Amino acid sequence: MKETGSTTVKRGMAQMQKGGVIMDVANVEQAKIAEEAGAVAVMALERVPSDIRAAGGVARMSDPAMIEEIMAAVSIPVMAKARIGHIAEAHVLESIGVDYIDESEVLTPADDNFHIAKNEFTVPFVCGCRDLGEALRRIGEGASMLRTKGEPGTGDVVEAVRHMQKVNEQIRHIQNEKPEHLMAIARDLRAPLDLVQEIHEIGKLPVVNFAAGGISTPADAALMMNLGADGVFVGSGIFKSENPAKFAKAIVTATANPTDYHLIAEVSKNLGAPMKGIDTATLHDEDKMAPRGI
Amino acid sequence: MVIGVLDLQGAVDEHIQMLAQCGVTGKKVLSEEGLNQVDGLIIPGGESTAIMNLLLKFDLLKPLQEKVAAGLPIFGTCAGLVLLSRSDALAGIKGKVERNGFGRQKDSFQADIDVAGFDQPFPGIFIRAPYLKQVADDVEVLAKIDDDRIIAVKHGKILATSFHPELSDDTRMHQLFLDMVSA
Repeated sequence: MKETGSTTVKRGMAQMQKGGVIMDVANVEQAKIAEEAGAVAVMALERVPSDIRAAGGVARMSDPAMIEEIMAAVSIPVMAKARIGHIAEAHVLESIGVDYIDESEVLTPADDNFHIAKNEFTVPFVCGCRDLGEALRRIGEGASMLRTKGEPGTGDVVEAVRHMQKVNEQIRHIQNEKPEHLMAIARDLRAPLDLVQEIHEIGKLPVVNFAAGGISTPADAALMMNLGADGVFVGSGIFKSENPAKFAKAIVTATANPTDYHLIAEVSKNLGAPMKGIDTATLHDEDKMAPRGI
Repeated sequence: MVIGVLDLQGAVDEHIQMLAQCGVTGKKVLSEEGLNQVDGLIIPGGESTAIMNLLLKFDLLKPLQEKVAAGLPIFGTCAGLVLLSRSDALAGIKGKVERNGFGRQKDSFQADIDVAGFDQPFPGIFIRAPYLKQVADDVEVLAKIDDDRIIAVKHGKILATSFHPELSDDTRMHQLFLDMVSA
């Protein structure tokens, strides 16, 4: 008998993406460039995060027709974004057969209290996190994969670094704590106790954790891999650069081999201008996406 | 015995953990030099198009093709099976491969499967899995599903599965490969 939608199958899908790059694409042409460059998956969305920032207004799930066109055009997995807490958007995306749903702070949240009960879906979900408490709450809701939130659409890697460092520091802290202290840690993190106990036992997250939110060069990708990311999402960084195909290939190479600095130097040569970006320190609080949906 | 795991992309650590459970130290391989130091090689699950790109980028395709021809024992899972079967990749198994043969991620599944030579069913974990059809006569079929879809094969020193033994806690498939390396 075949069992679909099991935890093993949903988390396993993310395990197969490790060491790879997942690229935001807005149309079939971009999806093909991403596949050709060696992306392990594409995220289909009408506007990349930097354009969402520029456009303002309410950002919603993309047009299913556009997502289906991309699904038909490439053989690699296709992901798509639903608004935080928007159960109906998630069901719509599942019904058209996307391979992974990103319950994403890049879109305007639909529910400021509850995330989607992701355990109830056959399709796996990825969610963002800024710290271990967020990470474990999302896993508790059924996320099969995590990513740092970073600060999407800025091209500034500092927030992704901060979130990755924070999660890893909190994991090390739990590992070194006495078992009898875990309840207090769970209380402080606002995280499920059983997951805190699991972290204490295995010393790592039980799901794959990618870096996202501000990665825009091969060296950024290598930095995040060396900080312990399992792979990277690149949103605006590829198709807002001067030479998307070259940037895409170079970031794939750096992600697969993040300590070969001669190679990273080689692939970083003459790439042209990366996305312009925004220094996150100049962002007003109301313009930040990472604090959405904690 | 040194067993390498091709470290370009995918479930590399999971294979190394399975090897450790079998009492063997796995070694990550991402250069021709590394390839020359192993007695057997595992090609893990991942995205076959991405791995294929990286094989070319890191100048590993030709050395690997030569290793296949020279009879290096190789175990491929999922994407590994695709690369072993594609005539433009490693061409180690003669047969037709259907990528994503069972459908998209929503169709990914777990099922207990009967594998030739195992007295108990094996926990098969299939993720956007491929299958083989019309394999050559000298390819030994170890398991099938849905009547005619071939999901595990052995051919000389090559072992390949559509499913992911590295995501299970059953070491029998890895042990079978280690026995092939020792033989």
